[in-house]
Amino acid sequence: MAAVESTIEQVKEIDVDKYKYGFETAIESVKAPKGLDEDTIRYISARKNEPAWMLEWRLDAFERWKTMSEPTWARVDYPKIDFQDLYYYSAPKNTDGPKSLDEVDPELLETYNKLGIPLKEQEVLAGVAGAKVAVDAVFDSVSVVTTFKDELKKAGVIFCSISEAIREHPELVQKYLGTVVPKSDNYYASLNSAVFSDGSFVYVPEGVRCPMELSTYFRINERETGQFERTLIIADKGAYVSYLEGCTAPMRDENQLHAAVVELIALDDAEIKYSTVQNWYPGDKDGKGGIYNFVTKRGDCRGANSKISWTQVETGSAITWKYPSCILRGDNSRGEFYSIAVSNGHQQIDSGTKMIHLGKNTSSRIVSKGIAAGFSENTYRGLVSAHRKAANARNFTQCDSLLIGNNCGAHTVPYIEAKTSTAHFEHEATTSKISDDKLFYCMQRGLSEEEAVTLIVNGFVRDVLQQLPMEFMAETQKLIGISLEGSVG
Amino acid sequence: MLEIKNLHARIVEEDKPILKGIDLVVPTGEVHAIMGPNGSGKSTLAYILAGRDDYEVTEGDILWNGESIVEMEPDERAAAGVFLAFQYPMEIPGVAGLTFLRTAVNAVRKKRDQDELTTPEFMKLVKQKAGELNIDIEMLKRPVNVGFSGGEKKRSEILQMSMLEPMLCVLDETDSGLDIDALKVVSDGVNALRSPERSMLVITHYQRLLNHIVPDKVHVLAHGKIQRSGGKELALELEKSGYAEFSEKAA
Repeated sequence: MAAVESTIEQVKEIDVDKYKYGFETAIESVKAPKGLDEDTIRYISARKNEPAWMLEWRLDAFERWKTMSEPTWARVDYPKIDFQDLYYYSAPKNTDGPKSLDEVDPELLETYNKLGIPLKEQEVLAGVAGAKVAVDAVFDSVSVVTTFKDELKKAGVIFCSISEAIREHPELVQKYLGTVVPKSDNYYASLNSAVFSDGSFVYVPEGVRCPMELSTYFRINERETGQFERTLIIADKGAYVSYLEGCTAPMRDENQLHAAVVELIALDDAEIKYSTVQNWYPGDKDGKGGIYNFVTKRGDCRGANSKISWTQVETGSAITWKYPSCILRGDNSRGEFYSIAVSNGHQQIDSGTKMIHLGKNTSSRIVSKGIAAGFSENTYRGLVSAHRKAANARNFTQCDSLLIGNNCGAHTVPYIEAKTSTAHFEHEATTSKISDDKLFYCMQRGLSEEEAVTLIVNGFVRDVLQQLPMEFMAETQKLIGISLEGSVG
Repeated sequence: MLEIKNLHARIVEEDKPILKGIDLVVPTGEVHAIMGPNGSGKSTLAYILAGRDDYEVTEGDILWNGESIVEMEPDERAAAGVFLAFQYPMEIPGVAGLTFLRTAVNAVRKKRDQDELTTPEFMKLVKQKAGELNIDIEMLKRPVNVGFSGGEKKRSEILQMSMLEPMLCVLDETDSGLDIDALKVVSDGVNALRSPERSMLVITHYQRLLNHIVPDKVHVLAHGKIQRSGGKELALELEKSGYAEFSEKAA
């Protein structure tokens, strides 16, 4: 209840069309020369002191990328991207790797402070008493700091930047990198494999329940710079980890590219819960600027009885192209996808999931809530498939869309393939509008129009909100309220 | 005191006049009933009092305690003390009754320059009001009106009315869809809210509701105008003769 009120407060405080995180940090940076060729990749690899095998892997990915073409099947429309007109590497000067907090540039600490992300270990997330969250902060192309590393180490958990993992834990990285999203997987994943600059690495050893929430906070600051982060999370047998990812970027007139790859691997009896609150700059009210978000996220339930759960709250980006998926390889494994996608202004979202049932008795659940306002287009695209050996595969899918106003669109594109007659797939979908009747009813009870919309939308997304870590539920409700500002009247 | 003066109104989209010169005064502390045949404009009058923007006032005025409310937004009118008990209350999936009620109560309190209620204060008040109205608050843990029976919906409306402490209560066909027992519970609730400071306008098609909620005055609305006014016995007369008299008048 309190959260609903604070949503309302938040909505009141901020003017329409103001993106809260749109500030820019004045900080000197080191950049690779503009454009993309082998030298760019060698430069990135060298900056990171990578071993030779890593460079070779990147170059191989680049070779493959050159033979590929941009996918055009999604319901998104944008001018062609000139991949030679981008910077592929940008790092704050003197920050080549995560250090202790004392050494981090105060300007950077201040940036994260402004964003409400605590990097000092004695601090906790604003307004959340007692919640400890370890944070890996990625600024443009590099990880600037990772908190609570020592405490995690005691539990045997490795949580560091992927660059550090490549240097310090090459055996783990080599064993798992690219095993869920191969370097030839798709256009953007291959590009990422060639030029990824940083990201997070998590390894939770056998039987360990990670003692705190882990999170990565991505920030794009530099102009004309693409962000290509790579995240790899491995939960060994019987391990459990919950991970949260957040993203913001300054307001700019130009469009910026973000192409990330996230790979999750759950071995026998392991569980990974991955939550995203994506709030990249969505562009202004006329559709100018904003982040192009082309992301490949995939989890592999490699072991028996393993479980991977994706929860995403998508409110930002001019274009979102993102399908966090699960490969249900282990017998009795389970995949979940819970999504709230809010689009306003001229945003375009094409997002959904794939549940690939390979093992026996695998089950999956999809709950997607799309909210379209303004002139936005919001598409759910999903695949549920059962291999012929996936006996007794089960899926339940629920896709609900809510339209606000008369100029937006909601689309649902579900694909279902069952190659075994024992599969049991259910699909439910609804599309509704916030009717004038409902608004009037709430307003007659004293709520302003914006308060009424926020209340109705929060009710609409409640099933999914409940899947988020407690600490982030209130935050998310606020975010949804802000994203829908100015959507009525 | 509610004063409706020569009120003309139309449906905006259809450009169709519905109310054609209503004059009506409901003094503070009185309960008035508006009866009339289907399509006479009863519900339109209720919506216009609450400020629904599908309707436009083309002439005349509505004064609430001497001030015109015609230009006010629905939420401002709610804060000014106007409450409409809906004939068909809306469902709001995913929003628990308690959340809705607390949001509404605090929204109204804020606009009235009162302190917002804390959770314990709010819970205490709900329990007290629900107790007075003989309503089980278990109902409020479910999403607003979702899957409610007709009786539950109307009970929930009456509880909201009680919580928001309005000064003008407009009840739009509150008896529709109620069986005799539910009708009694709802009427008892309304009667409990009668007070010398509060005005009520009870809109109904049938006389039976007025056996339970006994009005000070009865008005007959037909063809967009008040055709006759009288005491509570007028309702009984209508029960016998029907509305035929008024349809002939139009023809």
